[in-house]
Amino acid sequence: MSNENKEWPLWEVFIRSKAGLDHKHAGSLHAADAQMAIENARDVYTRRMEGISIWVVESNHIHASNPEEAAAFFDPAQDKIYRHPTFYNLPDELKHM
Amino acid sequence: MTQVSFEASFQKKIDEEIMIEPQDYMPDEYRKTLIRQISQHAHSEIVGMLPEANWITRAPSLRRKAVLLAKVQDEGGHGLYLYSAAETLGITRDQMLHQLHTGAAKYSSIFNYPTITWADMGAIGWLVDGAAIMNQVPLCRTSYGPYARAMVRVCKEESFHQRQGYEIMLSLAKGTPVQKQMAQDALNRWWAPALMMFGPLDAVSPNTAKSMEWRIKRFTNDELRQRFIDVTVEQIRILGLELPDANIKWNEERGHYDSSELNWDEFWNVVKGNGPCNKERLATRVKAWEDGAWVREAASAYAEKRKTKKAA
Amino acid sequence: MSSITTLKYTLQLADNVLIMGQRLAAWCGKGPILEQDIALTNISLDQIGQARSLYQYAALIINNMPAADKAHLFNAPLLQEKINNQHTITEDDLAYLRDAWDFRNCLLVEQENGDWAYTVARSFFFDRFQYLLFTALQKSTDSTLAAIAEKSLKEVQYHIKWASEWVIRLGDGTDISKEKMQQALQARWEYTGELFAMNAIEQAAMQANIGVDVSSLQQAYQQQIEAIVNEAGLQMPTAAWMQTGGKNGVHTEHLGYMLAEMQYLQRAYPNMEW
Repeated sequence: MSNENKEWPLWEVFIRSKAGLDHKHAGSLHAADAQMAIENARDVYTRRMEGISIWVVESNHIHASNPEEAAAFFDPAQDKIYRHPTFYNLPDELKHM
Repeated sequence: MTQVSFEASFQKKIDEEIMIEPQDYMPDEYRKTLIRQISQHAHSEIVGMLPEANWITRAPSLRRKAVLLAKVQDEGGHGLYLYSAAETLGITRDQMLHQLHTGAAKYSSIFNYPTITWADMGAIGWLVDGAAIMNQVPLCRTSYGPYARAMVRVCKEESFHQRQGYEIMLSLAKGTPVQKQMAQDALNRWWAPALMMFGPLDAVSPNTAKSMEWRIKRFTNDELRQRFIDVTVEQIRILGLELPDANIKWNEERGHYDSSELNWDEFWNVVKGNGPCNKERLATRVKAWEDGAWVREAASAYAEKRKTKKAA
Repeated sequence: MSSITTLKYTLQLADNVLIMGQRLAAWCGKGPILEQDIALTNISLDQIGQARSLYQYAALIINNMPAADKAHLFNAPLLQEKINNQHTITEDDLAYLRDAWDFRNCLLVEQENGDWAYTVARSFFFDRFQYLLFTALQKSTDSTLAAIAEKSLKEVQYHIKWASEWVIRLGDGTDISKEKMQQALQARWEYTGELFAMNAIEQAAMQANIGVDVSSLQQAYQQQIEAIVNEAGLQMPTAAWMQTGGKNGVHTEHLGYMLAEMQYLQRAYPNMEW
């Protein structure tokens, strides 16, 4: 086994900063396996009490939308403002809805 | 889209301050410039661990020991964030380390100066981290997303680094005469190298113009250097130390401090590898990497075995 | 119950973690990969933090002692004079002004770092002991020691995880790593016997219900070590003779060099604030 090409895989780290919040992408790191990736994430990304829970996923398992299709993917949502509550005109007297 | 329109839409994004993300189109030259700058920055962090790590085992109090250790550890973390940012551009960390170890990549020359007294821990934290922060804060808005996000984290964590350095200087400057002398000596030695951290004069800086246009850089070397001099002179006064350069004088007309011309001959020589510690720093990094090869290999082999076992 | 017993017992606990933390700190910037450099530094920082809590407590005990009781506590003249002159003693006085014969750390922690396998082996043997010790020490009738033990235990749980996983990884990694790990376990094992040999301080502390009967921990220790060594596919190390001495102030040559380095500034420029 040559050690030249045998770099530890890259992992993406997601941290839940406190109870009730989503895990959020914190950064990446290298680790030989998933267990080590979690522990490395603890040592690298939670030194200042940034987290209470960690997810890791090997970077090459992430699938992303294609930036060239961004317009087709995301622009059509722009004119559907009726999906937002502020679109609707209601009388001022109505206090609770 | 044609190549021309790709480039036009790229520059339009840059001009509108829209961040570029890893999978977006970017000109080759932009990618190359970023890889060079980010990896150089990452190398500076990990080589920069060494001059301070020198003093962890000799720190004069347990509190100082813990703080210094945490600080040097942070630098390792910053190197890690930056390598990760560069890796999104299609280069691996191993490739970058190879460039460092073979001398193909540079790191900040400041770390090729020796740390010979405890006061150097103060001067480095205060001046070197201070200069680094001044360089880095604008980079939190740099045009490449992963780099900008890494820099936000770095800047947040570094806020204590400069303070701990200044606190060391303050204890020494307010201490016994020999401690004050130690502080003055460190200030005198680190002043010029710290100013050189901002890079060569704008007039001779080969990369500045393009980097400004792409918003990889946000201020020129000379602008940042002047800003650093202006704030640091006040900090020296508060310490009660003498100014390290007899030509530092307030220039009413410019609204800035004037100071001596730096010794650029020395600067370029240290860059070229002739500084007092160039060989030693690089040798230490190479040795750590080579000594660790069997460890990294073992962990890979173990992970591979477990995977096969699980699959079976 | 004498406060001298509590003092000496606390110092012994403190010396172990300070020396261990100091050893690990020397890895900073030189680890096999950045992520592990950072991991090891975290462990070192935990240990230095534990040492500080313990030295601070020891200093408090000294400062509250009647003068007659503390006239002959230490061999080191710099520290003893300070005490005799009624100075307020600090954590740093205790860490920096005692000499090797005043230190009561076990021989294991002062052994050199060696390569990664030797460092892992030393931590593996020490952290496992600390885990059992602090678990028991939580029941100390001395509430400060019990509280420090409780807080430290959380840290140590992570330390043993780190060390055990590396023993397994290296043992079950490549042929080279297996051989190196086996060698390192074998080389450091002879320093583990001392951990369970009660010295006079531990005897007195146990009788006063402030300290732990370390001899009672040996069986569990042996079992737990063996379980990991087996999982790693390695042989349990053996020792024809267990080295002892550190806990009675008779150290290996390494400690003198460590202290010369660690204490140099406080010695060269005494009585200054840093």
